[in-house]
Amino acid sequence: MKGKISFRFRRVWQRNLDVYRESWRINFLPPLLEPMFYLMAFGVGFSGLIGNVRYGTEEISYISFIAPALITINVMNSSFFENTYGSFVRMYYQKTFDAMMATPLSVEEIITGEIIWGATKAVIGTVIMLAVISFFGLVSYPVALLILPVAFIGGIAFASIGMFFTSMVKTIEIFNLPVFLFITPMFLFSGTFFPLSGLPFWAQMVALALPLTHLVNVIRALNYGTFNGDALLGICYLIVFCLIAFPLAICKMHRRLIG
Amino acid sequence: MKQFSQGDFDASQPVIVAGNLKKTFGDFIAVDDISFSVSSGICFGILGPNGAGKTTTIRMIYGVSPLTAGSIIVFGLDIKIHPRLIKARIGVCQQENTLDPDLTVMQNFEVFARYFNIDRKTARTRASQLLKFLALEQKQNARASELSGGMVRRLVIARALINQPQLLILDEPTTGLDPQSRHQVWERLEMLKAQGMTILLTTHYMEEAARLCDDLVIMDKAKILVQGTPEFLINEYTGNHVIEVAEPSKEMCAFAREKEFRREDLGHRLIIYAENGPELYGDICKRFAHNSCLLRSATLEDVFLKLTGRELRE
Repeated sequence: MKGKISFRFRRVWQRNLDVYRESWRINFLPPLLEPMFYLMAFGVGFSGLIGNVRYGTEEISYISFIAPALITINVMNSSFFENTYGSFVRMYYQKTFDAMMATPLSVEEIITGEIIWGATKAVIGTVIMLAVISFFGLVSYPVALLILPVAFIGGIAFASIGMFFTSMVKTIEIFNLPVFLFITPMFLFSGTFFPLSGLPFWAQMVALALPLTHLVNVIRALNYGTFNGDALLGICYLIVFCLIAFPLAICKMHRRLIG
Repeated sequence: MKQFSQGDFDASQPVIVAGNLKKTFGDFIAVDDISFSVSSGICFGILGPNGAGKTTTIRMIYGVSPLTAGSIIVFGLDIKIHPRLIKARIGVCQQENTLDPDLTVMQNFEVFARYFNIDRKTARTRASQLLKFLALEQKQNARASELSGGMVRRLVIARALINQPQLLILDEPTTGLDPQSRHQVWERLEMLKAQGMTILLTTHYMEEAARLCDDLVIMDKAKILVQGTPEFLINEYTGNHVIEVAEPSKEMCAFAREKEFRREDLGHRLIIYAENGPELYGDICKRFAHNSCLLRSATLEDVFLKLTGRELRE
């Protein structure tokens, strides 16, 4: 891969940003509205049934338990969907990658630009959601600002996974499979809407292997202003995950695009 | 329109030298040991029926398809070692519409120019010239998705020129265009050629190849069948004239056999390739009293069909 990735990958990133800006009003809506809906449904409607949740040694309200999880889920969704459906449309329908490959860009740079763009979308969503959730008084600054770089790392992880699936699917409908077999279970069972301790032991072990569990742990800790050892461990896990998933995604896409 | 500089490249050297080029996909041989070279400043055509290996060949030349064996030297540089340097100096117009549909025409230029590290101001200046050159200046603020097929193709060609390439590669540039658009594309390509641009194009329109190409190869089943100028190939393989006899009689066929004409018997149609066309035509008309007999000039299409056969390629 040496010599094939230069900083020129930013040209791909800029292209995606240009297209994003063409329809930014629509692009802004999901990360703005989604947390509000969830906070209203779960925080106002649902939490009366639940009361408080045990987090570490403390009792916290259900709404503040799920607020950081909403940010985390958005990180996963925005990067994963960008690099599955979004990248696939660019590659397969719009032939954007074909156009790029005929320029000095290398395939490695194209895929790097795509993945970094997926992570960037995760960060943009995080900024908007943090702002919304802050209005509910649920975020402790300044430590919570560290959520932004963490969202970027998490974004790269899920963008790489998305790209990995993109390298394999024949038609766009097949993305339903990883969504239902991978994304939806993570969304529900990674300590997002209830603590992991609510799961049987084996399920906890499975959850610990998945990236969303670690991402939600880190973001939740930072959200409450507690940067602890667990959070650090979680970040290490995510970095190692990226170091495997990112080159793998590039390798697989290289094979798909030029054999 | 700015003259296309030849840069540090020696114009007396061939722009492309392909030697014993081979490409396989698993068991399938897409390109089988072909060699050719393209001189500077000419239009070189790669002709062939569908699946002949044309697109695979040019994809190897512009560096997106690794060679299974053989070598390609472009501007004196090896494509395996310097793909980036080579790609910076060529323009590629692919078969499909590769424009960004969500962006305007001008934005398409800006975005594409950035892939070459061309700054925005230069990109805009060049884009304006190129839009004018391809008669698209009215459309600079239109979205790419709103353009007609002919405009899309012209825009893709214009966009391929944004880096002022020394070699323009076109993969079936007029497939699917109406006659007006097709002629406009041809005219522009001729103008580029007049400015010294080297052009490599694939096509399965013989009329296009005959009009544009100074030199060409006809490929079929992964191999090069023949190479030469359109005139040479016509003279060599069919002669100047073609006489077509519809529903030939037995006597007519016997006559053709006896005289050993270069011919093709399609059953309901007898095609005779003749050097002394008018004379023979008169003779045939008189002796076999055919009012369904036709004399015409031989074209590249005759050569093509003669060499690649008439069965369908699907």
